[in-house]
Amino acid sequence: MSAPMTLPPDETAAATGPILSVQNISVSYDGGRSGFWAHASPVKALDGISFDIFPGETLGLVGESGSGKSTTGRAILRRIGVTSGRILFKGRDITTVTGEELRQLRRHMQIVFQDPYASLNPRMSVLDTVAEPLIVHGLVASAEEAREEISELLRIVGLPRDAQDRFPHAFSGGQRQRIGIARALALKPDFIVADEPVSALDVSVRAQVVNLLQDLQRDLGLTLLFIAHDLSVVRHISHRVAILYSGRLVEIAEREALYDTPIHPYTEALLSAVPVPDPKIQKGRKRLVYRGEIVDAGHWPSGCHLHGRCPHATEKCSIEPPPLVEKRPGHWAACWHR
Amino acid sequence: MRALAEELWKDKPGLIGFVLIVTIVLAAILAPLIAPYDPATQAVVGRLKPPVWMAKGDWAHLLGTDQLGRDILSRLIYGARTSLIVGILVVALAGTFGGTIGLLAGFRGGRTDTILMRLVDIQVAFPGLLLILLIVAVIGPSMVTMIVVLALTNWMIYARVVRGIVLSVRQMPYVEAAEMIGCQQSRVIFRHILPNLTSPLLTLGILEFTNIVLAEAALSFLGLGVQPPATSWGLDVSTGKDYIFVAWWLVTFPGLCISVTVLSINLFANWLRVTTDPQEREKRFARARAATRRRQERRAGVGRETP
Repeated sequence: MSAPMTLPPDETAAATGPILSVQNISVSYDGGRSGFWAHASPVKALDGISFDIFPGETLGLVGESGSGKSTTGRAILRRIGVTSGRILFKGRDITTVTGEELRQLRRHMQIVFQDPYASLNPRMSVLDTVAEPLIVHGLVASAEEAREEISELLRIVGLPRDAQDRFPHAFSGGQRQRIGIARALALKPDFIVADEPVSALDVSVRAQVVNLLQDLQRDLGLTLLFIAHDLSVVRHISHRVAILYSGRLVEIAEREALYDTPIHPYTEALLSAVPVPDPKIQKGRKRLVYRGEIVDAGHWPSGCHLHGRCPHATEKCSIEPPPLVEKRPGHWAACWHR
Repeated sequence: MRALAEELWKDKPGLIGFVLIVTIVLAAILAPLIAPYDPATQAVVGRLKPPVWMAKGDWAHLLGTDQLGRDILSRLIYGARTSLIVGILVVALAGTFGGTIGLLAGFRGGRTDTILMRLVDIQVAFPGLLLILLIVAVIGPSMVTMIVVLALTNWMIYARVVRGIVLSVRQMPYVEAAEMIGCQQSRVIFRHILPNLTSPLLTLGILEFTNIVLAEAALSFLGLGVQPPATSWGLDVSTGKDYIFVAWWLVTFPGLCISVTVLSINLFANWLRVTTDPQEREKRFARARAATRRRQERRAGVGRETP
């Protein structure tokens, strides 16, 4: 899987470079307003995130709750505005694209949602749901017209043929997620953000859906941003992995490099929390536990966000945030001491 | 269409409701043909006659006569016209207007929401009857005035309810999904948000219908609504209540008409609500199938025991 992947047949020059380039983006949410005329106080969610995703690649994005994983995904898809930084898609700056242009952009970038129960309209049949992207982009005039195409899509994602005219409530969580994937695939996008697509599913179904995504990615030459908090799932599906902590990227590297020789103390701690299915090895492992909680998004400290919890922290860490630098070839981390 | 009729046939309460509504509407439309008397003809000699099944009743006046000797049955049939038209039009007008305001406030959010909802608050705080008195005093009483005025004082509840639902539905991932695949705003509203409003709006509209019929009665009683030779159920209830101890039929029959109408609309609307919700509809279907199977099993069981 980590072998060089075949590029999808793409004539554009961008095919050789990254399909998506995130450059130093920051995102703030509006905090509560205290009155009708008062200005909202912003709450920071992301701070200076940068990474590239190459065509046909799966980038795993990992972080704990509140670290900004989903915000990153939605900022890339232009669902949330960024306060600074740039997003390049196929070499084109899409940071400020709006209106009809943005709508057209949706044909090329899609999303698979976390909650398969809430992300399908209960009043629309599977056919209507999956055909809707085609209808709104004027590719077909009605859902009926798309029946053949949808039937093929449903086959690809492994749903029974007769699923088309049934409603979402008749399906299990895993099947619903397959419907969601079919909807995302309908427009034949180049890039899909999978926002924790399996975290709401039963463990037994998880592997099936992850494997489905992996197969689709390989067969259709998709580029995936796979957001998750489950490290073993991410290891299974990703080519490269990025670790997010409290709105900042702390480490990004090839999968094997990151899992075998992590650089950042936070990554080390995260990996030490994943049990190994071998009692002997598991016994010999040391679990790293850093005291404290993830920092409050409303009140970020100066310096490195981990400095309050990190055993290696020095004064420098609490004053100046470490930049993300290439410590080893292709392996970037943000730490003063490693 | 046929399949729908069959489905209605299987749901007996819904069917009863539907049949009653059709009957009432037909009676209202065909009033001049089926009413035995002119509802305004007075006969002072035969005033306050009881219904036919009572000691002094006779077949000339099935449901008796009122304090001016007018035939109650005829008045009910003619009264259906006003009550239905006023009730339905006011609910439709107020529902559309209030619903639109609520949709706008909930969908836009932010300052639009604040301004619109404060307008609603102001209107709620203002005494409705005073506003009605003012408007009717200026324009003069008529059916149209009454409909407009009642709609003007009753739209706020729709705005509030709709806004609340839109706020919660708007946060649903499937609405976000619709936006992410590139749906235009109008499509998001009409395909994804509005369908979720139908059942609460239906319920609210039916409850409001009763209120409107009674409000129309109050206005007519004050002389601001239906003008005398014309009649309505509400008007008859209001005037009849002075005679409640002497002649109970004066208030009972028009009151019964109001409640039967509301009940039948309720029964039918409940069927409609279930039919428009795929999940509920499937459940009902499954229940019907289970009932049929149980019945067959019981019959088969009985058959086995007898020989």
